[in-house]
Amino acid sequence: MEPVLSVCEIEKTFFDADAACPALRGVSFAIAPREIVCLMGPSGCGKSTILRIIAGLEESDSGSIRPAADNNGGTARTAMVFQDPALFPWLSVYDNIVYGLRLAAQRVPEEEVKRRAAALLALTHLGDFSRSLPHQLSGGMKQRAAVARALVVEPPVILMDEPFSALDPFTRRELEDEILRIRTKLETTFLIVTHNPEEAVYLADRIIVLSPRPGKVAAQIPVSLPFPRDPADPAFLSIREKVTRAVLGVE
Amino acid sequence: MVLISRSALRDCGKGLLIIVVLLAVWEAAALAIQNNYILPQLGDILSVLFQPAAPVLGGPSMIENATVSLREVLAGFGCAALLAIPLGLIIGSSGEVQSYLNPAIQVLRPVPPIAWMPFAIAWFGIGINSILFIIAMGAFFPILINTVDGVQGVRTRWIEVADMFHATTFERFRTVILPGALPMIWTGLRVSFGVAWMCVVAAEMLPGTTAGLGFLIMYAYNLGQLQVIGAGMIVIGLIGLLADTIFRAGQRRFFSWQGRD
Repeated sequence: MEPVLSVCEIEKTFFDADAACPALRGVSFAIAPREIVCLMGPSGCGKSTILRIIAGLEESDSGSIRPAADNNGGTARTAMVFQDPALFPWLSVYDNIVYGLRLAAQRVPEEEVKRRAAALLALTHLGDFSRSLPHQLSGGMKQRAAVARALVVEPPVILMDEPFSALDPFTRRELEDEILRIRTKLETTFLIVTHNPEEAVYLADRIIVLSPRPGKVAAQIPVSLPFPRDPADPAFLSIREKVTRAVLGVE
Repeated sequence: MVLISRSALRDCGKGLLIIVVLLAVWEAAALAIQNNYILPQLGDILSVLFQPAAPVLGGPSMIENATVSLREVLAGFGCAALLAIPLGLIIGSSGEVQSYLNPAIQVLRPVPPIAWMPFAIAWFGIGINSILFIIAMGAFFPILINTVDGVQGVRTRWIEVADMFHATTFERFRTVILPGALPMIWTGLRVSFGVAWMCVVAAEMLPGTTAGLGFLIMYAYNLGQLQVIGAGMIVIGLIGLLADTIFRAGQRRFFSWQGRD
């Protein structure tokens, strides 16, 4: 199947007070449609940098990403969900969710805006809060609104940078289940950076592990357990251990 | 719906208590001194206040004087805002522009607006234009500084959200930077309105004015009518309080989200 996203030989070096600090060295991977891929690795290995490069928030020194970004008003290639929801506090939940649609890059007719917003408000259980301001929501609800805001532009791939790490374990599990539901319903593809091996095994079809800085792909671990997955299942636990060892770099 | 909470009422009561005590001390001292040229009695001050539409000392009424001052403040304050907000948005958005302008701003900012008076008179002559210039000078810097701070305080993450959706430069400004900076701009307007109000009273005390609360105070001083001065000061204080209350209400109404995202 044609990949929905290909990352090819990405290199990135940061400069800190003139000292070169290589962050990524030849990172390549591809993601198939409807796939959920989790990106893991030790702290500072450049996981977030890859996401930011794919999202167009950072430029790589070399390498390529396909499909190429279309900055001339085309459909957004990706949309990102950050660790903090980063909702605009002066906009209602509804206006936050439809933010991307009202920009010139999308310019969707108002009826279509309403239709998509209604569908996403229902999908993320925020229908009763569409007129609320973000500060009136709980942490989990804010992050669901941020997910809806990313989904509204119907991007082929949703990028998530440790999206649930600031949430309590119960809310986190609810949102993980929500991601799985969204994937089934909307056929969305997800690339998720996480620190949490259990989260990765719970969600992912495949886990990509990066090496310590400068990051490159150290291992790709497929997770073929059926959904819904049981974190107490011995097969689950064994994959989780395998992932942990791969991140730590121990055999 | 409860309009004023019980604790707000209690705070209001505490504040009123102190005012009553101060007035009592004033009145006791006035009765003891028995000299209207040093300390007028409250009754005399109140009799001026309770006839706001009557001519004061053969000149304009209290309402007319207050209206003149208020009109001057609004004009000077409006000019300052029209200049300071766009300039602040530009400086806040561009480090390059800021590095050019910041030293000049930091040198001019601490200069008391009244110190410009000799120049104002030389450039604009005696009268309304000089007063407007002084007010605008006073009101300009609080708005400018707060607008710059407001723009620079807009969270990088909000801007990244706009960039992620391929917002144009103008859209990024209109949908993120401007609304994100608005609470600080509002604070700047509030502070600068207070400064403008102080400036108008000081500027009207200078020769060549024929109306306004500052003029009234100076005129009453020349005639030794201290009860009129006291009444004028109370009107100045009350209008200042009213304006600040309106600005605060606006802050609560429109920027309740500030600092709570």
